Amino acid sequence: MTAADIRPRSLRTRPSFADAVFRRTAFSAGIITVGIMLAVGLFLSVRASQAIGVAGPAFLFEQQWSPETKQFGIAAVLFGTVTVAAVAMCVSVPLALGTALLISEVAGGRLRSLLVTMVDLMAAVPSVVFGLWGVFFLQENVIPVSRWISTYFGWIPIFRVTDAQGHVLTDASAFTSSAFIAGIVVGLMVVPTQTSVMREAFSQAPVGEREGALALGSTRWGMIRTVVLPFGRGGIIGATMLGLGRALGETIAVYMIISPLFTINWQVLKTGSNSVSALIALRYGEASQFGLSALMAAGLALFLITLVINFGASSIVARSRSGAQTN
Amino acid sequence: MTLQQAPVAERTAARLVDEHRDEVDLDDTPLRRRRVAPRTVMPDLDGVPQAPRRGLRRSTLSARFDAIGAAAAAICFTALLYGWFSPLTGAVGAVVIAYLVFLGFYALLVSIGSDRRAVADKIMTVLMISAGVALFSALVFVVAFALIRGSKALPHLNFLTQTMEFAGPLDPLTEGGILHAILGTLIQISIALVITVPLGILTAVFLNEVGGRFARFVRTISDAMTALPSIVAGLFVYAAIVQLITHQRSGFAAAMAITVMMLPIVIRASDVVLRLVAGNLREASYALGANRWKTVWHVVLPTARSGLVTAVILGTARGVGETSPVLLTSGVTAVMNLNPFSGPMISLPLQVFDFVKSPEPNMIARGFGTAAALVLLVLLLFVIARVIGGRPPGIQSPGERRRAAQRSREDLERMTAAAAFAAAPPALLGAPPSALDFDPLPLAPVVDDTTDTDTETDTADPAGASAPDAPAAPASEETPR
Repeated sequence: MTAADIRPRSLRTRPSFADAVFRRTAFSAGIITVGIMLAVGLFLSVRASQAIGVAGPAFLFEQQWSPETKQFGIAAVLFGTVTVAAVAMCVSVPLALGTALLISEVAGGRLRSLLVTMVDLMAAVPSVVFGLWGVFFLQENVIPVSRWISTYFGWIPIFRVTDAQGHVLTDASAFTSSAFIAGIVVGLMVVPTQTSVMREAFSQAPVGEREGALALGSTRWGMIRTVVLPFGRGGIIGATMLGLGRALGETIAVYMIISPLFTINWQVLKTGSNSVSALIALRYGEASQFGLSALMAAGLALFLITLVINFGASSIVARSRSGAQTN
Repeated sequence: MTLQQAPVAERTAARLVDEHRDEVDLDDTPLRRRRVAPRTVMPDLDGVPQAPRRGLRRSTLSARFDAIGAAAAAICFTALLYGWFSPLTGAVGAVVIAYLVFLGFYALLVSIGSDRRAVADKIMTVLMISAGVALFSALVFVVAFALIRGSKALPHLNFLTQTMEFAGPLDPLTEGGILHAILGTLIQISIALVITVPLGILTAVFLNEVGGRFARFVRTISDAMTALPSIVAGLFVYAAIVQLITHQRSGFAAAMAITVMMLPIVIRASDVVLRLVAGNLREASYALGANRWKTVWHVVLPTARSGLVTAVILGTARGVGETSPVLLTSGVTAVMNLNPFSGPMISLPLQVFDFVKSPEPNMIARGFGTAAALVLLVLLLFVIARVIGGRPPGIQSPGERRRAAQRSREDLERMTAAAAFAAAPPALLGAPPSALDFDPLPLAPVVDDTTDTDTETDTADPAGASAPDAPAAPASEETPR
């Protein structure tokens, strides 16, 4: 045997039998998962396209919902969904931001791990429990606040509460079951999710820059403002959007609190609002086949919105994370 | 250093060090090494007046005075405002005014002793703490509200052991119960878990251990599906399964809806956990000759086990508590139904929703009782998840460490026995090790060569890669020769 005969052994992998079986199994699990999910998406799209084909572009601008007379659209419900989610964000983002900073920067040791556990626990509390709280406690206790806001800030159009003729209402019954109350409840529901994402982003702010800021004589807030918040900006935006996605899709708490209304209601504090998911929960039982298609079109529209928001959020979070690691 | 300017403690320390240096010099140090700095010693502080050492993380007395004084001033101010100056009423307003006044007074007090930046720091700290306090008290209150209002119905034993079959809305709380809803929840979540756990974890393993372009596609799709609103999942199952296949609402349909909702959650959480398994554990396993399957089964999954269990349990908690997918698919009933394939089968969240729709106080009390039961169930799941999980991947509990050590002891015995057997009739086992000796490329990856993988795998498998105290590994190398 000469040296010329010795040539490198091929490095190609020939999987053994066990490996081949393993790969096939894992691959088929992936296929089944994708199959289920694509089936959901395709089924929704096909059934929804039936209704959208009938309604045409008016589907986006029509306010009322009566598929029997072919007069239906998601303008009012989508507007209600966005209103509730916007109120929820106004409640949740300051709370989540403050709590995340408290956990990552101020609290230490055992208190911090206790708070982290509590945030995780609160994320698992069923939404129906929040709904109960909203209906049986918050409803009556928030009415004076609503009335106060509408009395003193009524010059801002969205805080005004008027009847159809434009007369200002101050009666307590005009303030129940409003988008404002639903928004507060939904906001509390999404705070834990947002807090944990923000906290994770803040805790990844590099130690060197933190210590540098402190060594230059910065106070703790100065350090947070110049180091932690800039590094965690992606986390803040991503967490807000993730919470927004959940708030848009929330059903049962909204359904329990609001009184459904099929017109666009700009007055946040006034009785009556709606959301896409509440619409589905309300109308699925009596719906004909075509009515179901219409509901699916509404559900698909909601899904597309939350999809865009979620993907945007996760890409922002991922980008901010990789940026933090390079430093 | 001029001694007059130094503070007392420092001065005494310097003096003591000087005295000590003299001792050192006189006793045993040669003259030319006089300039070498002596060892640092703790000065003897007996008889020297000393202030107590301040805890560096604790607030100073003046800082505490600022906070307490501002709080007292705010309370007095609000009381004056409400009681004397103006006809204000309302608890919410009082709290808000007191809080704002507190912030103002606190800023004023802090600004007496420090500059603008310190004031901003203190105020922002107060804002963060109050955000945390507000959030946690609100969340605790939400849960406590359900538990307290539920304590009317929950203590009656019949509430957990009877169904609502013979109890009407006007019946007292001593009749009727939610046993059917509890069992319905358990049946539905069990079916959902039987589907989601194997499928979800296997998919996550596929994403991490097999990889490739299709795996990226699967990951994108499952990430997208986490955005699916749960009511839409319910609507899908209602239209696709209830209307087209089963033609009736059933526990199975509800379980399918929960599955569609839970599967992406479980996949995503398991994916994150598996990604945290250290790559060098995998590489060590491959380097010992294990194939992919053995590596996944004996290294990756055991390492990530606690995290996977946590992921599954937290997904379960979400699935148990979610009302909207069940609302459309399971149907409402007051009767016990243990067959998931026929007839409506109610679950806990839906039962809450159904109870509180009634205007009767007793039904509302039952609704709160059911909500309390649901909250307790979720809490229980969460505590279990914390007890099992909570450890980062690769860290073993004492029991696991004992078992791993036991397994590697057994392996050592088995291998020494095999070596003794091989040594006795030398003709039997000559060939395979010698093939290894004449390998022209000793650095070629062992994974490549499937023939000797089988002999090597057994030495690598018993989580030896993750147990640093395993005594088996070094012994196995020499024995066959």
